[in-house]
Amino acid sequence: MAKIKYIEFNGTEHEADVANGLSVMEGAIQNDIPGIDADCGGGMSCATCHVYINDDEWFKKLPEKEMGEDDMLDQAFEPKSNSRLSCQLIVSDDLDGLTVHMPEKQV
Amino acid sequence: MIKTDVVIIGAGPTGLFCAHQLGIIGLKCEIVDNLDKIGGQCIELYPDKPIYDIPAVPKCTGEELTNNLIEQIKPFNFNFHLSDRVQELKNKNNKWLVKTLNGKEFETPNIVIAGGVGSFEPRKFPTKSAEKYDGKSVLYSIKDKTIFKDKSVVIFGGGDSALDWAIELSNSSKVTLVHRRDEFRGAPASVQKIKELSDNKTIDLITKYSIKDVKGNGSLESVEIKNESGESKVIKADYVLGFFGLIMQLGPIAEWGLNLDKKTIPVNTENFETNKKGIFAIGDICTYPGKLKLILSGFHEGALAARGCFKYARPDEKYRFEFTTASSTIKDRLGVKE
Repeated sequence: MAKIKYIEFNGTEHEADVANGLSVMEGAIQNDIPGIDADCGGGMSCATCHVYINDDEWFKKLPEKEMGEDDMLDQAFEPKSNSRLSCQLIVSDDLDGLTVHMPEKQV
Repeated sequence: MIKTDVVIIGAGPTGLFCAHQLGIIGLKCEIVDNLDKIGGQCIELYPDKPIYDIPAVPKCTGEELTNNLIEQIKPFNFNFHLSDRVQELKNKNNKWLVKTLNGKEFETPNIVIAGGVGSFEPRKFPTKSAEKYDGKSVLYSIKDKTIFKDKSVVIFGGGDSALDWAIELSNSSKVTLVHRRDEFRGAPASVQKIKELSDNKTIDLITKYSIKDVKGNGSLESVEIKNESGESKVIKADYVLGFFGLIMQLGPIAEWGLNLDKKTIPVNTENFETNKKGIFAIGDICTYPGKLKLILSGFHEGALAARGCFKYARPDEKYRFEFTTASSTIKDRLGVKE
C-alpha cells in the first residue's frame, strides 16, 4: 500500500491509498480523481494518463521506462523530461509518498 | 439518401460483430468509421499485439481478429463508409436522419454506437495561436505536397510520419525538423537518413525543443520553439506541420443528449438501448453496472442490440430466435450450401 498524491493542473490536491500491484493510473481512476483519462485502459497505447514527476529524487527512484513508453509520451500533451505514463507506474510500498502532477489536459 | 435498418457508428470488432448479428437476423446495415480502414482500435493501436482473451481463440493479433471479423460478415455485403464521421442526428417520425461530415445521408430506425472511446483525430499543437492557421499553414496531414515547393517548412514530431515527410520535402523545400528528445521512434532506416540529411545540412535538425508559439501577420511568418531550460528560438516558417499521432475524441456524440457519464453512454442491459429510442450503444463506449471493457463483452452487447434493432426495423414481425447450426433461413443468408 502506498499513499499517492495527485495534483491537478489547477493545484487541487488529492490523496489516495493505492494497493500494491495497481498502477498509479488505476489509483486515480478508482478514486474518481480527475485529470487522468486513461482512454486505452492501461495498454500503453494512448498517452492520456500522462503525469509529471516534479521531484527529481522521486523521478530517479521510479522503475525505469520500458521500451515504448517514451514513444508514447511523444504523443502526449506537452511532454517533458520528467514525464511518465501513470499506467506504467506499478504501486509498491516503495512508492509511498509519491506525488504526481497532472498536465493541463490529456488530449 | 440511403434507407437502411441500422447505421453502425464504428468499424471496430464490436461494430463488426454487431453487423454480423444483424445479417443473421435478416437486417441491413451501413457502417461508418472515421478511420480510413476497418478495425478500430485493434487496427490503429495494436495491429501486431497479440490478444489472448477472445473466446476459443487462444491467441490472435488485432489485425488477425479484424480480418476474421471482416471475413465473417462478407456474405452480407454491407457497405462501409470510411474516413467519414456521423455529424448530425435528427429524429423525424420515429426515424433517425443521419448526416455525415462528407455529406452522406441515411434514414434509419436504429443507430448502434460502437464508437470505442471516440474517433481518432490528429493530436494538435497545444498553442492557442496555432488554431488561427489550422488547415491553412498549420497542418496535421498532407494532401497536396506541391504547396510546399520552395517554402520554409517546420516539422514537429519523431515518428514515421514526421521523418518521412521531412525526408520527402527536403528535396524541394527548406525543412527544419524539431523533436522533443534525441531519440526517434521512426523506422531505423528513416532515422539514419534524417541524420545524414542533417549532417550534410540539407535539413536543420533541432532536438529537445518543442513549440512555444506561432507568429504572423495575416499569414504565418515564424514559429517560436523552446527547450526545458526556458531558452527559445525563432525559425522562419511558411508552413508548420505537426505529427504527434492520433488521439481519441468523442466528437459530435457528446451533443446527442445521451446522458454521458465520463465519456461513456449509459445503457440498459436488456438490449443496450440508450435513453433515446432506437439509439443503442455497445462496446467500450457503453456503461452499465459490472461493465467490462473487453472485446468479448462487446460481442455479447452487439448480439443483444441487434435483436433490439429488429423491433423497430420490423415492427410488424415477431422476432424468432434461431441457431445458425439448424436454421435454413440463416444458412441462406450466409450463402451456405449443404
